[in-house]
Parts: sequence; structure tokens; C-alpha cells
Amino acid sequence: MVTNTLGRVYAAGEAIVSQGEKGSCMYVIQSGSVDVIDESGGQELRLAQLKTGDFFGEMAIFEHEVRSATVRAHGEARVLTIDRRTLMQRIQSDPTLAFNLLKTLSHRIRLLDAELKHGKRRG
Amino acid sequence: MGVGSSNSYDFAASLDPRAGDQRHRLELNDGSRVAVIGGGPSGSLFTHFALKMAELVGLKLAVDIFEPRSFEHCGPEGCNHCGGIVSESLVQLLATEGINLPEGVIQRGIDSYMLHTDVGSVRIETPLNEQRIAAVFRGNGPRNAEHPDLESFDRFLLDMARKRGARVDRRLVTDIDWSGPRPRLKHAGRTGDDYDLVVIATGVNSSLLKVLQKAPIGYRRPVTAATYICEFQLDHPTVERYLGTSMHVFLLDTPRIEFAALIPKGNIVTLCMLGDDIDAELIDGFLRTPEVRNCFPPAADLPIRVCHCSPMINVRGVDRPYADRVVFVGDSGVTRLYKDGIGAAYRTAKAAAATAVFQGVSATDFDKHFRPLCRGITRDNRVGQLVFGVNAHLRKRRFCRRAIRSMVAGEQANPGSRRFMSRALWDLFTGSASYREVLMTMSHPRFIAGLSWNLARSLFTRDDTSPVRGRNDGHQHAG
Repeated sequence: MVTNTLGRVYAAGEAIVSQGEKGSCMYVIQSGSVDVIDESGGQELRLAQLKTGDFFGEMAIFEHEVRSATVRAHGEARVLTIDRRTLMQRIQSDPTLAFNLLKTLSHRIRLLDAELKHGKRRG
Repeated sequence: MGVGSSNSYDFAASLDPRAGDQRHRLELNDGSRVAVIGGGPSGSLFTHFALKMAELVGLKLAVDIFEPRSFEHCGPEGCNHCGGIVSESLVQLLATEGINLPEGVIQRGIDSYMLHTDVGSVRIETPLNEQRIAAVFRGNGPRNAEHPDLESFDRFLLDMARKRGARVDRRLVTDIDWSGPRPRLKHAGRTGDDYDLVVIATGVNSSLLKVLQKAPIGYRRPVTAATYICEFQLDHPTVERYLGTSMHVFLLDTPRIEFAALIPKGNIVTLCMLGDDIDAELIDGFLRTPEVRNCFPPAADLPIRVCHCSPMINVRGVDRPYADRVVFVGDSGVTRLYKDGIGAAYRTAKAAAATAVFQGVSATDFDKHFRPLCRGITRDNRVGQLVFGVNAHLRKRRFCRRAIRSMVAGEQANPGSRRFMSRALWDLFTGSASYREVLMTMSHPRFIAGLSWNLARSLFTRDDTSPVRGRNDGHQHAG
């Protein structure tokens, strides 16, 4: 057992969150990488691969909705869970805590925007 | 040099928040210079956040961190004298900020607390079965323990501030001259530079704070208490076997000790004792207890203490840790009582940085935007005194200790149950929640009912508790 790390180890292919389930926390990757997979329509489509330092699952924190995708460990990955309660309490007293989340969400919108434009041009 | 106002100002008048609106605004502009005195967590985090926030609004600041200590050295020379625990909540907040502690900095990821009493031991698991607390070295480990893979927590944060653009100056700041329009630093009698803002992040053990009491800024040092920290050197497998990934906390009838814990870190075990008038006799008495001895391999004597210190901690903060162009963050201003000092350093440093960058650097600005956080921490500490008082009262009686242990063991054996006692103790020991939240948990009718039941059972049933087993392999399971 590796003891000088934080979070929990997920084995290769192990689901960290599953599409459609209710979530109350987000996650930060401490080591390794994860695949974000869309499982709707009975087929698996890899939407993104996230690496060390990236976070995921934040939509469930802000929207109280079910998980929009499944996230699986790509190889062995170590992931830290961030509680909704801890995060929301602190954002209330320190709104600047959300800067980093906003920056990532903004980056993701930019990527989606680029993909949308690319798709429209192709067809 | 960019400054909002270069007019001379009256420090005594600056302490009156009502006068603020009538005076010139003091704010940081492009090229403003900021001196951060102290390169521990509060100084480095202030710098990191100030430079990050300044970048967001397109402001160019020049930040100098004055830190004579080198965190690359082992022993007292490179250490900031602290138990070295990054709390569960702080680990999460730092990760959300994009600050993930590297493996070299984390000496052990803690996933549980082992509560030791004279009536047995019980393990309190982390709510999510994760290693969520980081045991770290503030310097480069205890004396003679220098290791190439070991990275100091303070060094990691200081490097982070440096990467953001701060300059690190090894000169010691011995005084500050307040006679001019801007504070001017002094280094062992030699005059240094003027700054638009001086951030005092020295901790509470610095002689600079004594000097600053005589300055015309209305500063009074925090009330302090002595603590005791020492380190035992073992080897990795032994630490693994006897302490595992748990922090070991002692609930014993030992007067004057508010909190005592053993923290595993690689091949080192750190003992941290907090309380009143901790002296050699109290330390030796505590170390002789079977509950402590059983956390170490059986031998006539405990392993040699390779490093020890008795640093002071802030037990009552400063009422107004600021004036025009100066702000006190971390232990030199306001911190949490006994627990989560690094978390309080993060919160005060960030609030001071946000005030300086977005609002201004006058006493009025700090009064409006920084003081509410400090007052909130101070108010919560008063609740903390009450919570520690209740804890001290309960641990004095054997039947109470049996009841607490029994209630925790019952809760830990039922994973689906709501764990009121476990939660209260976890939050109290880890410093992850405010003392107000701990008190609310303790005031819940089900907590009171559960404790009353266990107290009654403990009082009216035979005390057949077996002697403490102690070994880590022996007390991995509740009960």
C-alpha cells in the first residue's frame, strides 16, 4: 500500500462515477488519468481523457442533477473526493474559491464551441 | 512606483474605521511593492493568491518574501515547528484551488484516527474510506533525517509563490520604520526598502512581533501557550505496523493536556502535545502511559527522540491585525484554537490578499473586508473553548471514557448509521469543521440520547474492559 498519497486508488477500468446516478461530490485526480465516457444509446463514446490535477463531477455539485457521463480509471488512478458541503460552505464565505472551477468550465465551453464549429464546417 | 496615495498618514487615526472614508484611498497599482515577512504557509499563500488575483485584474505587483530560513535543512534550522497536519477540509480546498500536494511532500496520507483510552482503543474511519489528511514535514525532517526524496511542505508552498513571480530575500527583517509615508524595512540596523504594503506572516514565535508592539500601529501580540513536539525515528515497516495510516489520539485522564497525538510520517513518528504549562514531568508521565507505549515496539525504553521543540501557539488572536499598509496573517494575527493552524493561515492569507488586490490597503479596507473573517474565527474559538471544556470534563471520569469508546465502537460497527460521536470526535481532532459545527453535532438530540444511554450503561454495568491491546495490528477494528 502506498502511504504517501491522498485520495483513493481505482483500478484500471473501475468506474469512479456512473452515468445516471445521483452525485453529491466532485473529484480531483491526484495521479494517473481517467476516461469520460458517454453510455447513452447502448454504445460507449469516449468524450475526453483527464489527467493529474484535472477535476470532474462538478456539474452534480452545482445542478443537483444525475451524472451526465461515466468516468473510469484509465490505468490505475488515484482520485480525491471533494464534498459538496465543504465546497459550498467555503464558496459562500470565499467566492474566489470558485475562480478555478469557473476557469475550467470556461475552458470546457471553449473546447465544445470549437468542436461544434468544426462539426458544422464538416457537414 | 505605483501607489494610490503618497501622502503621509497618521497610523493612530488609521485605527479609527470611521475616519477612513475621509482620508486618501490607499490601493495597490501597477508596480506597487509588497513585502511579505515570513515564508511559511501564510506568507507563501498570501503571495500566491495576491499574484494570482492581481493577474486576473491585470495588475502588476512586485512581491518580496523575506525568509531567512532554508527549508532544505533538517532539524530546527529548516523547520517552522508544527505538528505538520494538513486537515481534511484544507486538502480539499487546496485541490479545488489547483494546489495538489506532491508525493514527496506527503509523508503519510491519513485515512483514520485511532482513539486510545485506558479502557481500550477504537478506530474512527474517514467518511469516504480515503486518505484525506496529509501528514507533512514543515522543514526537511528532524535532525539527521535528511532524505533526497523528502520535500518540505513550506518549501513546496514557497516555490509555488516563487513560480508566480515573487522574489525570495534571505535577509532577516528586524524592525520597520513607520515615520515616512510608506513603511520601510530594517535589516539588523541597516535600512531596507519602502513598501506599499507589508504583510506580517512570521508566526507567533518571532522576535519581530515584540518589536512591532512598540510601533504606532496599535498591534498587541497574541496570547500564547507552550506546546511540545518531538520526533521518534524508527523504520518504515515498524511505523507501518504500529501506526499504519492512522493518527493516534489519546483520551486519557491527564491533567493540563488538551490534545495529544502521534502522527506517522515515513520512518518518523511525531508526537504533538497541546495544553497548559506542558513541562518535562508532564511529557515523561504521558510517554510512560501504557496507551502510548503500546503504539511503539515492545522495549524497555521508547525510541530516541531525534528532535524536539516547545514552540508557542496562538491561543487568543489579535483584535485588529491590520493598520494602513500593514496586515498580519496566520499565527501572528488570528488563528484557530489548537487545531488546523495551516487552514487558518490559508483563510487569513487569502482574505488579506483579496482585500489588498480588490479593495485597498488602508485600515478601513481591512476593517471592512478582512476583519469579519478574523472575528468569525475568534468567535468560533470561544465555542472551541466550550467544546474542549466538555471534552476535558468527560475524559476525567473512567465511566465517561468507557461510554465514549463504546458509543464510537457501536457507530463504527454499523456503517449505515449516522455517526454522531464519531463525527464530533473526527471534526474535533482533525480540525476539519468549525467548533460551532462540532457543538451542533454534540447538541443533536440523537447525540445526547446516544451518549446518555452509553453513560448509563457504563455506570450500571460491570467494568470488564480488557486491558488495552495497543498494537496497530491489534486495534484495526472498532471495539
